[in-house]
Amino acid sequence: MTELSKTGAAVGEPVAGSPAPSAFLEVRDLKVHFPTDDGLVKSVDGLSFSLEKGKTLGIVGESGSGKSVTSLGILGLHTAGQYGARRARISGEIWLGGKELLGADPTDVRKMRGREMAMIFQDPLSALHPYYSIGKQITEAYRVHNDVDRKTARKRAIEMLDRVGIPQPDKRVDSYPHEFSGGMRQRAMIAMALVNNPELLIADEPTTALDVTVQAQILDLIRDLQKEFGSAVIMITHDLGVVAEMADELLVMYGGRCVERGTAEKVFYEPQHPYTWGLLGSMPRIDREETERLIPVKGSPPSLINLPSGCAFNPRCPYADIPKDQITRRERPELRLVADGHYSACHMAQDERTRIWTEEIAPKL
Amino acid sequence: MNDDVKGQEMTTPAQTPAQTKGASEPLLKVDGLVKHFPIKKGLLQRQVAAVQAVDGLTFDVRPGETLGVVGESGCGKSTMGRLITRLLEPTGGRIEFEGTDITHLNTGKMRPLRRDVQMIFQDPYSSLNPRHTIGTIVGAPFKLQGVKPEGGVKKTVQEMLERVGLSPEHYNRYPHEFSGGQRQRIGIARALALRPKLVVADEPVSALDVSIQAQVVNLLDDLQDELGLTYVIIAHDLSVIRHVSDRIAVMYLGKIVELADRKDLYATPMHPYTKALLSAVPVPDPRRRGVKSERILLRGDVPSPIDPPAGCRFHTRCWKATQICTTKEPPLIPLATGHQVACHHPENAADQAPEDTTLLSAAKEAVEVVTVVAKAEEEPTPEPPAKRVEK
Repeated sequence: MTELSKTGAAVGEPVAGSPAPSAFLEVRDLKVHFPTDDGLVKSVDGLSFSLEKGKTLGIVGESGSGKSVTSLGILGLHTAGQYGARRARISGEIWLGGKELLGADPTDVRKMRGREMAMIFQDPLSALHPYYSIGKQITEAYRVHNDVDRKTARKRAIEMLDRVGIPQPDKRVDSYPHEFSGGMRQRAMIAMALVNNPELLIADEPTTALDVTVQAQILDLIRDLQKEFGSAVIMITHDLGVVAEMADELLVMYGGRCVERGTAEKVFYEPQHPYTWGLLGSMPRIDREETERLIPVKGSPPSLINLPSGCAFNPRCPYADIPKDQITRRERPELRLVADGHYSACHMAQDERTRIWTEEIAPKL
Repeated sequence: MNDDVKGQEMTTPAQTPAQTKGASEPLLKVDGLVKHFPIKKGLLQRQVAAVQAVDGLTFDVRPGETLGVVGESGCGKSTMGRLITRLLEPTGGRIEFEGTDITHLNTGKMRPLRRDVQMIFQDPYSSLNPRHTIGTIVGAPFKLQGVKPEGGVKKTVQEMLERVGLSPEHYNRYPHEFSGGQRQRIGIARALALRPKLVVADEPVSALDVSIQAQVVNLLDDLQDELGLTYVIIAHDLSVIRHVSDRIAVMYLGKIVELADRKDLYATPMHPYTKALLSAVPVPDPRRRGVKSERILLRGDVPSPIDPPAGCRFHTRCWKATQICTTKEPPLIPLATGHQVACHHPENAADQAPEDTTLLSAAKEAVEVVTVVAKAEEEPTPEPPAKRVEK
């Protein structure tokens, strides 16, 4: 686990000169800003984390907290294409297997995309091309990175479809996306993402559009494949249940920043940020005795153009006035170490937070 | 709960009967409800098949209670909601609201009843007219029903906005100025403006963020207490359904397979489908990841409602299916107090067809019963052994 880099580089300038990290994936002070007519949208504003191979990182947060923008940033999709560079301003560092991606040549990143890092998108119907057969789309992904003939690629596609549990893969390889059900489409997309055995797999809400029984199948599949290929997985979701089942580590995002990071165990049992408490209190628990009332977070998520000053969560935080001198409204809290590998960005003293959690929040959940 | 009618300062004529009646009298009675959507083909548009979206539902909704309806996509739960609010014309069966048969009432005859039966929609973005102000949207029910509340429409609408947690100043704003959670509150204000008796909410919180979801769930709860409402809440999220409902109906392919009190359903599910459904819900507790003893993973997908399986509709995916399940449809019968199940071989209850013990070959492959920890340990094999679950 690394400390936050405090490079303070201006947005748009790649940071140079830092040494390569030891972790497989390391993101340092990532910022993704979008200039718009209404102002600068700071979708991701200083995010750092690292991930080892074979481990799963869960990123949770509400819509607009910057989860998906982060994942697209890692894949280099914000700067790809003709207009990309003008649309997004990215800074920071992304290290994958010893290579820095943000400062790298887009052609090199393109060669890595699909082979070393791949993505499963939320909505398979819009992520798959309706005009090409499933097999065609999988073989394309394979042939871009491997110098093989069509026949070999087709064989590989059938093999992958079989691996993700599509019945009669040798026939279904010629089907079109509309001929598949939602669960099968998601499987096909997983097959496509995994065709080159990527070392980093990013799953952006992979099961949100699916029913629970299908969700269980897909999560199981991702777990199996991770075991088989030893990939690092980033699981982006708003469903704390999914994260609890899948993730080794958790990163809670709010307003484009990380507010809490730690092992799943720590974040669920000793959460150190009022927003995390809010998320846990908002969720009806199927595994507990029924609670009379949920404890929601008041208000709505902030606008990313005009984030509240100080701590972005302060207008919704019931404890914002506990730290002295209105510091929550003036100063942005840094991500600080709470315990080994557990970080939280909150102005409250650690004893105070622990007390509130154990005495006020935990008994009500 | 239904007697709690404080906050009824508005005078609306058709308000009293249901609330004074005993709780034994159902507010809504549905008997053998059927909806088939025809599939037409060719020049003459002859009907070649039908989507059997809802195929014989029988249930009651009692005043003051919340009936939760849960099921996977395509099981007909939304169609059911639109049938009981009569936004769709039923193909067969009977719907009674407060003792009146409303099955085939036409639009005009239905109109007076619209005051008592309202709907909250899933998508707060498409269910509000973007060109109308919030005042117009929430005030529309008064205009359409010709109701003139005391103190004027504007005052009543503003009171309603306050009640759902918005500000009266929002009266002249447009939907695009609001967030998803606020829009859902507007939808709720509109549905409750005329103080209906029955509110059908179709996935009221599934489009919202977790923290906002909790706000809306609590709001629906408060309004039920305050206004003595009866809810039918349709959702796919089993945790949310457990939280909001008094009784729960589980649907599969157009049929109710299990109908029980909340506690019974979650503690002792009888239908294999309910059991599989419950075991598939991810538990938000990392410590339970390995502890959960078994998880029933259903294989494959829900069959097409155009050509549903004969007999029990779940037999193609059920691990307990025997010969009788392929031929004879199990009736929905009470197997415990207040617990109705449609299954020949239920869990947690006496077998309804004990003489038929030979499992179908398909049943052996239907599910994978896994302990999650063991699964992570073992070498992944393409054909994991299907274990028979012992009762």
